Amino acid sequence: MSAAFAPGDAVRVAAVNPPGHRRTPFYIRGKEGVIERLCGEFANPEELGYGFDGLPKKRLYRVRFRQKDVWPDYDGDPNDTVDVDIYEHWLSRSPKATSGTQR
Amino acid sequence: MNDEHEHHEHHEHHHGHDHAGHAHPPLQPDDVSPPGRYETMILAIRDLLLDKGIVSADQIRRGLENLDSWQPSRGAEIVARAWVDPAFKQKLLSDGNAAVAEFGIDMGTARLTVVENTEHVHNVIVCTLCSCYPRPVLGLPPDWYRSKNYRARVVREPRKVLSEFGTQVPDDVALRVHDSLADLRYLVLPRRPTGTEGWSETELAALVTRDCMVGVAHPHKPRAG
Repeated sequence: MSAAFAPGDAVRVAAVNPPGHRRTPFYIRGKEGVIERLCGEFANPEELGYGFDGLPKKRLYRVRFRQKDVWPDYDGDPNDTVDVDIYEHWLSRSPKATSGTQR
Repeated sequence: MNDEHEHHEHHEHHHGHDHAGHAHPPLQPDDVSPPGRYETMILAIRDLLLDKGIVSADQIRRGLENLDSWQPSRGAEIVARAWVDPAFKQKLLSDGNAAVAEFGIDMGTARLTVVENTEHVHNVIVCTLCSCYPRPVLGLPPDWYRSKNYRARVVREPRKVLSEFGTQVPDDVALRVHDSLADLRYLVLPRRPTGTEGWSETELAALVTRDCMVGVAHPHKPRAG
């Protein structure tokens, strides 16, 4: 299976609140960013934490978000970003993206 | 084990010297609060492992000794090498685990991801969920790194938090916060201070503090004199 996203792809984080210990922090749910890199595949920590084997492994990405997109009242430099490690099952292609990839 | 050790120190303190003739700071009362749920479970598991002969007390002690040997000076040596050796720097940025293995450091299952400060970008590390930290290269995280104050605010108002550390990031430098949540561990490669041309790795490493490698400070060349 090939990776669903490539560096530069615009993505949206799922705005869902499943129970349990999840690795996607609340402040980034529902936000849109850009894939910075594919980090590889890792046993799913959301299952490892409950005694399961975490398999099949999940693809992990670093996703870069503009601070102004995360915090509407952010008053730092417009180029400031926050990079967050997010597993593929939390991501979908941004509905705003018109082509396959965009910056 | 820690409790016993602390009680022992207090005991020495009570009887170890003569109180007469000099001011004495007020004694802190011994902490006699019962262990919490997790501490109790950890102690129970330790005792079970010992009783069943799965690990020995000596192995546990060696393990703790090994953890204590992880110090920020290891990270500083890595940074200094990257400053003087461009090939090593490239390796460090592309495959952190392989690069630090040259220093005998094993990252285990975590992926060391090194982010480089440049004239255009300043990086800072946090784990908003808990306290993920590149322990094999920096040792144990400082208390402030684990505090809710730092974790909540450095993603929200990073420039203000850095200014509270005495660190200014110019407006035209992009501030990049890295939230370390999963299987990556981040280390900041700070900028080499100007005026250090020709310095040895050992001299350079002495400029690199823990806070520089978390991204809340810049390395500085000591003032002459």
